[in-house]
Amino acid sequence: MGLVEIAVSVAAALLVGALARGIWRTTLLLVLSVLAVYWFQPVIPLRSFDFWLPSLTLAFVILTWLITSAGDAWQARQNLSTLLLILGVVAIVELSRYLLPDSILTATIPPPFLPFLLLSLILAVATALLFQLSRRRQSPTITFVIVLLLVVLVLLKTPALSQQASIFFRTLANRSVDGALATDLRWLGFSYIAFRLVHVLRDRQTGRLPELSLAEFATYVVFFPSLVAGPIDRAERFAQDLRKEFRLGQDDTLSAGQRLMIGLFKKFVIADALALIALNDALAIQVRSTFWMWIVTYAYAFQIYFDFSGYTDIAIGTARLAGVKLPENFAAPYLKPNLAQFWNSWHITLTQWIRSYFFNPFNRWLRGYRKVPQWTMMLIGQLSTMLLIGLWHGVTVNFVLWGLWHGFGLFIQNRWSDFAKARFNVSNPRHQSALKLGSIFLTFNFVALGWVFFALTSPTLSRIVFSKLFGIW
Amino acid sequence: MENKPRIRLFGVLLKAALLLVLFNFAFLLIKGVPFDRLSFYNSVFPGRERFPFGETRESYNLSLFDLDAMFASHVLNGAEKAPDEYRVLLIGDSSVWGTLLTPEQTLAGQLNQNPISACGKTVRAYNLGYPTISLTKDLMLLDQAEKYQADQVIWLTTLEAFPKEKQLSSPIVANNAKRVRKLINKYGLLADPNNPELVQVAKWDQTFVGRRRALADLARLQLYGALWASTGIDQVYPKEYEHAQVDLEASEDFHGLTSLQDNLAFDVLDAGMAIAPNMLLVNEPMLISDGANSNIRYNFFYPRWAYDEYRSMLAKQAQARNWQYLDLWDLVPAEEFTNSAIHLTPAGEKDLATRIAAALQQTCK
Repeated sequence: MGLVEIAVSVAAALLVGALARGIWRTTLLLVLSVLAVYWFQPVIPLRSFDFWLPSLTLAFVILTWLITSAGDAWQARQNLSTLLLILGVVAIVELSRYLLPDSILTATIPPPFLPFLLLSLILAVATALLFQLSRRRQSPTITFVIVLLLVVLVLLKTPALSQQASIFFRTLANRSVDGALATDLRWLGFSYIAFRLVHVLRDRQTGRLPELSLAEFATYVVFFPSLVAGPIDRAERFAQDLRKEFRLGQDDTLSAGQRLMIGLFKKFVIADALALIALNDALAIQVRSTFWMWIVTYAYAFQIYFDFSGYTDIAIGTARLAGVKLPENFAAPYLKPNLAQFWNSWHITLTQWIRSYFFNPFNRWLRGYRKVPQWTMMLIGQLSTMLLIGLWHGVTVNFVLWGLWHGFGLFIQNRWSDFAKARFNVSNPRHQSALKLGSIFLTFNFVALGWVFFALTSPTLSRIVFSKLFGIW
Repeated sequence: MENKPRIRLFGVLLKAALLLVLFNFAFLLIKGVPFDRLSFYNSVFPGRERFPFGETRESYNLSLFDLDAMFASHVLNGAEKAPDEYRVLLIGDSSVWGTLLTPEQTLAGQLNQNPISACGKTVRAYNLGYPTISLTKDLMLLDQAEKYQADQVIWLTTLEAFPKEKQLSSPIVANNAKRVRKLINKYGLLADPNNPELVQVAKWDQTFVGRRRALADLARLQLYGALWASTGIDQVYPKEYEHAQVDLEASEDFHGLTSLQDNLAFDVLDAGMAIAPNMLLVNEPMLISDGANSNIRYNFFYPRWAYDEYRSMLAKQAQARNWQYLDLWDLVPAEEFTNSAIHLTPAGEKDLATRIAAALQQTCK
C-alpha cells in the first residue's frame, strides 16, 4: 500500500466516522471495503485476474457466511439487502469498464460483460450448491471449505505450484507460458482473509461463533484498513465495535492521528530507509566483511519490524477513525528477554490464531498419548507450531528453516528456564538488571539471526551469510 | 486525583500547521548553511573513489546535482596530502569516471595500482570524472576542486564536449545555475547567463518542501555509504551489454554544423587553464570503426570531417597557448571499447594509463 492508498483510506474512514451512524456506518464500511478489495489488488500478468481474484474473495466471504449462519438467516431482509448491495458494488466495478474512461476501480480494465456474467453464474451456482449441502445433517461442507481455503493458500504460497497454476491459466487463455512466474498469482491479502475465514468456520464447528449479520461478517473479513497487512481480528470482537454507537470525536481523532503519524514515520521514513541497506540475496554475496554483514543483518531486523509495525499502526489509526479498535499486533518485541515473550509480542494476532486453532488443539491431541514424555510433547508442539507460522509466510525451504530455528529456540529456552529456575536465584537488583539486559541482547540476536533464513531465498545463501557473520568463510 | 488537561483537536491541528509552515520557511533562512558538506563519508564510511552517479538501486549509487555533497562523499575530501604525495586530479566524462569498470580498473585506479614517481614524489590519482559530456561541467568540477592542492590536473576530453550549444544542457550544469553564472562572470565565458536552460531556483524551491527531493537524495547518499563500505560496488556490471556501434549511418551530421569554426567552446578550455595552469590536456582515445560507412564517420559520435577539423583546431590552440597537450585519439584499438565509442575495457584503460604515466614522469624534466 502506497501513500495514495493510505490517504484515500484515511479520508474514507474519516468520512464514515464523521457522518455515518448506526446501520449506515456498517453499510458504508462494507461498500468501501468491497471497493477496496478491487482497488488494492495490484496488476497481475494474467488477464482480468485483478478483477477475478477479488471477486473470488467476495464469493468465499458470502459462502462462508451462508454456511456458518443460522438456518434461515439468509432470508432475513437485512441480509438479503446486504447480499444485493455486495453484488451491486461488484456489478458497478464490472460496469466501470463501460462507464468510466479509465480503470479507476481496478488495476486494469475489468473483463467484458459476457465472461463476467458466465463466471459469476458459475460462482453463484457453486456457492448455492455448497450452501444446500451444508444444510444437510452432519454435512462436511464446513470442513470442505476449510480444506479448500488451505489448499488455495498452499498453492499461493508454494512457488512451484503457483508457477504451475500460472501456466495452467495461461494455457487456458491460449497465451504463451514462457513468462509464467510464481509471482503471477498475487492475491492481495488472501493470507489474512483465509485465516479470518478459517477462524469463523472453526468457531462455527465448535459452536463458539455468535450470530453475525452478512454486513458485519463481510465487513469483518475485508475491512479495508486491515485488508493488506492485518491484524487478524476476531469476528465477535469486531462485530461488537460495529454495533456500538460511534461518533467521531476529538479524542478518537487525536489518538488515531497520532497512531497514523507514528505508523507513517515508521514505514515511510525508517523502514524504507533501512530497506536500502537491509540484507537481501544480492548483499548476501556482495558484502565483504563480518562487521558489515552484521550491520546489514541488523538493518533487516529493524526494517522488517518498522515496516510491519508501521503498517499495523496505520491500520489501527485508520480503523479508529471509523470507530473500530483493531487489536494490537506488536508490543516492543525486540525488548523482550526471552523467545516466548518475543512471540507474545510479535505479530500477536497471528500467534494467537495459531495458538487457538493449532497449538492448543494439537497439544490436547498429543496429551492423549500418555506414553509420550512431556519434553517430547513440548518439542513436537513448538516445532510444528513454528513450522506452520513459517509456512504461512511461504512454502519454501528457507521459511521451513526459519520456523525450525524458532521452534528449537523456544524448546531450548523452555528447557533452560525450567533448569535455571531450580538452580539459580538472582536476588541482587543490579544482577537482575544485568541479566535482563543480557537476555534481551541474546534474544534479539537469536531473532536477528533467524531473519537470515527469512530474508533470503535459498539455504545456500543463508549458509554464506552465516559463514560471513562468524568469520569462517 | 489530578485531572489530565484536555487536549483540543483544533489547537493541535493549528499548532501542527503553524510549526510545519515555520519549519518549511526556516529553510529559507538557513540556505547559506552548507550542511550538504556534512557527510558520513571519510569518517564512518570510506570516501568514494569516484563521484556518486547511478540510476538504479542495484548500483547502490545515485545521481544528484549537489556538488558540495558529491565532493564531501569523495575520497579526495578526506585525503590529507602527504609530503611525498604528487596529487593528480583527473577531470573528464564517463570514460574517466569508468562506466562498466570497477574503481580499480579506471584510469585513476590503474595509475594508483602501480605507483609511479613524478617530481620526486609518488603519484596519487583521484578520479573526478563525471558521466556527462560538457566542458562547462568539467570546468565546474575543476573550480570546486581548486582547493585540493593538485600538483597536476589531467583534463581528458573529446569533441562531443565542445559544441557551444551543449554547454548548459547537461542536467548537472543546468541545475547549478548559480555556480555557472559565477564562472561566466569570473572567466568571461561566452555562454548566456540568462539562458533558459539554466534552472531558475524560486524562493519556494529553497523551502523544506521545495528541497525535499534534494534532501532525500542527500540522505540516500549517506545510506548508500554503508553499501559502498560493505561491498565496494558503485555501479552495476552487467555480464552482457550492447557493444559500441561499428556499422554507422551514412551521415555527415555533427550537431547540425557545417564548420566547427566559432562553434566550439574554447573559452571554457581557457578558463580551465586559468584555474589550473599545471594542466595536462588530453584528447581522449575513441573508437575508430572499420564497419559500414566508416569512410564517412569514425564512430557513432563523429563524422570524419568534424573530428579531423577539431583535432587540428585543438592542436593549434594548444601550441599557440603553450599548453601541455597529448592527442591520444587513436591510442586504443577498436576491440578495447565497450558500450560506447569512448568507454574503454580494463585493457584499454591500462594502455591509456601507461601513456599518461609516461607523460607524468616527464613532468618535471
